[in-house]
Amino acid sequence: MINAVGRDIPEEILEITGKEVFQGNFYKDGVEFAEAGPVTRPVMNNHHNKLVKDIHEALVKCNAHDGMTVSFHHHFREGDLIVCMVMEEIHKMGLKDITICASSLGKAHDALVPMIEDGTITNIESSGVRGKIGEAISTGKLKGLATMRSHGGRVRAITTGESKIDIAFIGAPTCDDYGNCRGIGGKADCGVLSYAVVDSNQAHYCVAITDCLVPFPNFPAHIPMTKIDYVCVVDEIGVPSKIATGAAKPTTDQRKLLMAQYCTDVVVNTPWFKDGFSYQTGVGGASIASTIYLAEIMRERNIKMGFGVGGLTKAMCQLLEDGMARVLLDTQDFDLDAVRSLKNPNHHRIAAGLYANPMNKGAVVNKLDYVVLASLEVDIHFNCNVVVGSDGMITGAQGGHPDTAQGAKCTIVICPLLQGRIPAICTDVTTVTTPGESIDVVVTDYGVAVNPARQDILEALKAADCVPLKTIEELRDIAYGIVGEPERVQFGERVVGIIEARDGTIMDVVREIKPFEFRESIN
Amino acid sequence: MNPNKKRLRRSMMFLNAQKPGLIKDPYIYKPDSIILDLEDAVAMKEKDAARYSLFHALREIDYHGVERVVRINGLDTEFWVEDVRCAVAGGADAIRVPKVERASDIKMVENAIISCENEFGVEPGRTLIMAALESARGVLAAMEICESSERLFGIALSGGDYTKDLQTVISGTGIEMMGARQHMIIAARATGVQCFDTVFTNLDDMEGFRKDVETIHTMGFDGKSIVNPRQIPIVHEIYTPKPKDIIFAQKVVKEIEEKSAQGIGVFTVDGKMIDIAFYDGAKRTLELAKASGVYKEGEL
Repeated sequence: MINAVGRDIPEEILEITGKEVFQGNFYKDGVEFAEAGPVTRPVMNNHHNKLVKDIHEALVKCNAHDGMTVSFHHHFREGDLIVCMVMEEIHKMGLKDITICASSLGKAHDALVPMIEDGTITNIESSGVRGKIGEAISTGKLKGLATMRSHGGRVRAITTGESKIDIAFIGAPTCDDYGNCRGIGGKADCGVLSYAVVDSNQAHYCVAITDCLVPFPNFPAHIPMTKIDYVCVVDEIGVPSKIATGAAKPTTDQRKLLMAQYCTDVVVNTPWFKDGFSYQTGVGGASIASTIYLAEIMRERNIKMGFGVGGLTKAMCQLLEDGMARVLLDTQDFDLDAVRSLKNPNHHRIAAGLYANPMNKGAVVNKLDYVVLASLEVDIHFNCNVVVGSDGMITGAQGGHPDTAQGAKCTIVICPLLQGRIPAICTDVTTVTTPGESIDVVVTDYGVAVNPARQDILEALKAADCVPLKTIEELRDIAYGIVGEPERVQFGERVVGIIEARDGTIMDVVREIKPFEFRESIN
Repeated sequence: MNPNKKRLRRSMMFLNAQKPGLIKDPYIYKPDSIILDLEDAVAMKEKDAARYSLFHALREIDYHGVERVVRINGLDTEFWVEDVRCAVAGGADAIRVPKVERASDIKMVENAIISCENEFGVEPGRTLIMAALESARGVLAAMEICESSERLFGIALSGGDYTKDLQTVISGTGIEMMGARQHMIIAARATGVQCFDTVFTNLDDMEGFRKDVETIHTMGFDGKSIVNPRQIPIVHEIYTPKPKDIIFAQKVVKEIEEKSAQGIGVFTVDGKMIDIAFYDGAKRTLELAKASGVYKEGEL
C-alpha cells in the first residue's frame, strides 16, 4: 500500500506488524487511547536486599526467558559497555529469540553480530544502528525485523504497550543499594538518564547496573528506587573518553562555515527570531558553527533565547552561561562542557517522553521555533533520510530528527550538496525517515531551498535578500550536473527493517541489500 | 587588449589540479581567481594524471565566472609545453609561469600559447599570462618581465623560493620580503600591470594572515595568492572599500567633474584639499566597490 510519502509498504509487513501506513503528520492528533502499564511487585519487607552479585543472578531473578525483550539506553554512546555485558550473559545462558529495545545502538555493540547470526537476537528496536550491526541487518542476518523509531516514537511505542519490555537494564553512573540512579558523577559520567525513564516506568523488571555504588539516598534521583527491582555492581559500565567526547574544536572547514552562515542568515531573517525564541541544533560542525554565529547576532541585537533543547554541546551551554539563553532542556550530553553545565540551575534534565513523545498531551518539541538538523539525503519532496546510506546499508539513527522536524515552526536541514561523489540532494531518497511535510528549509553549500508549502519563509528570505535562494529541483540539478545521476541502489526482495513514523505508522521499509549488478549483466 | 586583463583579482586560490574534490566547485567560496596547479602540488609521476583531470575540469565544470589560471611546471622541466597545450586546449583564462627570471621566459611561453591557440582553434589572445617571481634575479628583472608581453596581466611574488634564494626564511614579520614587495609593486605600477602577493601558509594564524593582507593592501598590491578558502573572506573584507570611502570617492568624482567644467582646479571635499590628481584614485575606489558588490552606479 502506498503511504503519504509515496512509499510502497508491502501488505505482508502490514500484516506481520499490525501497523498502518503513514498517513501524514497529524493523522493521530487527538485520538483517544489507553496507556499500558507494567506488571510490578511491591517491596514491603524492610530486609529486602536489591543487590545481586552479578548480571547472571539479575537475569535469573528477573525470570529471563526465550523470546523476551530487554531494553537499554544509549547515554554512554560509543563508550557503552552495558549492552554487550548483558547480552554476553544472555548468550551464555543459551537464551534465544531475544528482542533488543534500545534507545540507540552503535559501533560499541559490534560484538552483538555473532549473537544475531546464531539466533540469540532475532529482533531489534532502536533509533538506528551504526557499525557492524547495521551491516548485519542490511545483509539479512537478523531473523526478524529491525524497527527504527525516533526518540519520541520509542516512548510512544513503550507507553502504548506496543513494545513490552520484560527487563530494562539501566546503566547508572551512580546508584545506591536501593536503586536510586543518577546520571551524574561516578566514573562514567553521562549527565542525564533521559532515555531510560520510560523503560523504568514500563518494564516488568528493572535492573540498575553501576560501577559506582554510593550511600543511600543517592538524591535527587533521576530514576528513583521505586522503579528498580535489582542493583548490580560491576567493574565498568562505560569508557569515559567515548561518552562525552570532549569539547569539539570549532570547525575550520570553509564549506561547513559557509553553510553555517547561510543557516544563521535564515534564522535571523525569519519571523520567529525575536527575544524569547526557542532553538535546537545538532552536533555537526556546521550546526555548532551556526550556533556560534547566531550568538554573535543575538548579542548585537540584544535578543535572548527563551529555551534551548536537545542533545547539548558546549556551544549551547555557553549561551546559558553567558546569559544569552534563559533555560536549557537536556535529554543528552555530547561533551564534558554540557555535563558540567548541569550545575546551572536553569539547565534542566528532561525525559525523552516529555521531550518528544507524540502521543502525550504535548511534547517540548511542539514549542520549538527553530531546529537545525542534518541529513544524509534530501529529495525534491523534502523527504529526509538519516538512517540508510546511499549504498543501501543501514548506517545512521533517527534520533530526534522526525520529532523536532515535525514540532518546530521552522525546520532547517543542513546538507552539503554532494557527499563525496554521491548527490545528497536527489530525486528520491533511498529511504524516507522524516517526511517532507516536516522540512521547511534546506541549506546547502550551493544555496538554500525553501519548501513551497512555506511561502511565509520564502517571502521573508526573499525580502531580506540574505542567502542564495534556489528551488530544491535546481539544487538537485546542480548536484546531478556535477556528479551525474547515480544508479538506484539495488535491493533484494526481503524486508529487513521498517522505519516507523513518530505515531507508529510505517514511513518506509528497508530491504536486504544485494551486490550491485551492472545493466549489461542484468540484460 | 583582452578585456579580462584588468579584471578584479583580490583572491587567487591555489588548488591541486589532481584533486576532484577541490576543483569541482571552488566557486562556492567566491574567489576572484583559482590557480589550478600542475607544479608543486603534483608529484612527478602524477603529472599526466593531473593534466587529464585539469583538462576535463576546464571543459566540463561551470566555474561561474571565476577566472581559471593554470600554473604550469617550470621552464627547466620537460613538462611545461604539454601543460600549456592542455591548459589552452581546455580553455584556461590564463597561465601562471613559475620561476620567471627574464622577459625571454615569458616570450617562450607566449610563443607556445600562440601555437596552441592556433592548434586548438582558441580565439587568439584569449589566454593571458602571469609571471611568478621566485628569485632575487627574477625580482630585479621585474620591469622587463612586466613589459615582456601584451598578454601579461601581472606579476606575483613567490615568497618561499624567494626567501631561500635570499638565504633567509619567512619570519612572519614580512621584513625579509619588504624589498621585493616594494620593488615589484613599483615596477608593476610603472608598467600598468597588476601585482600579487605570496601565500600565507599558517592556517592556524588567522590574525597573522589578516595583518599580512592589511600590509600588502596598504602597499598597493592588487591581491593575494591564497591556499585555503578560509582566507578568502578576510582578503575580500580588507579589499572592499568601506562605506565612508565610497561616499567620499563619489563626492570627489562628482566635484572634480563639476569644478573642472567651471575651470576650478583646487577645492575642498569634507574639509580635505582635492585636485585632479585624486580623480583616478576615486574612480578606482568606485570600480572596486562595484566589483566587490557593495556599490551600484548612482548609489550614495
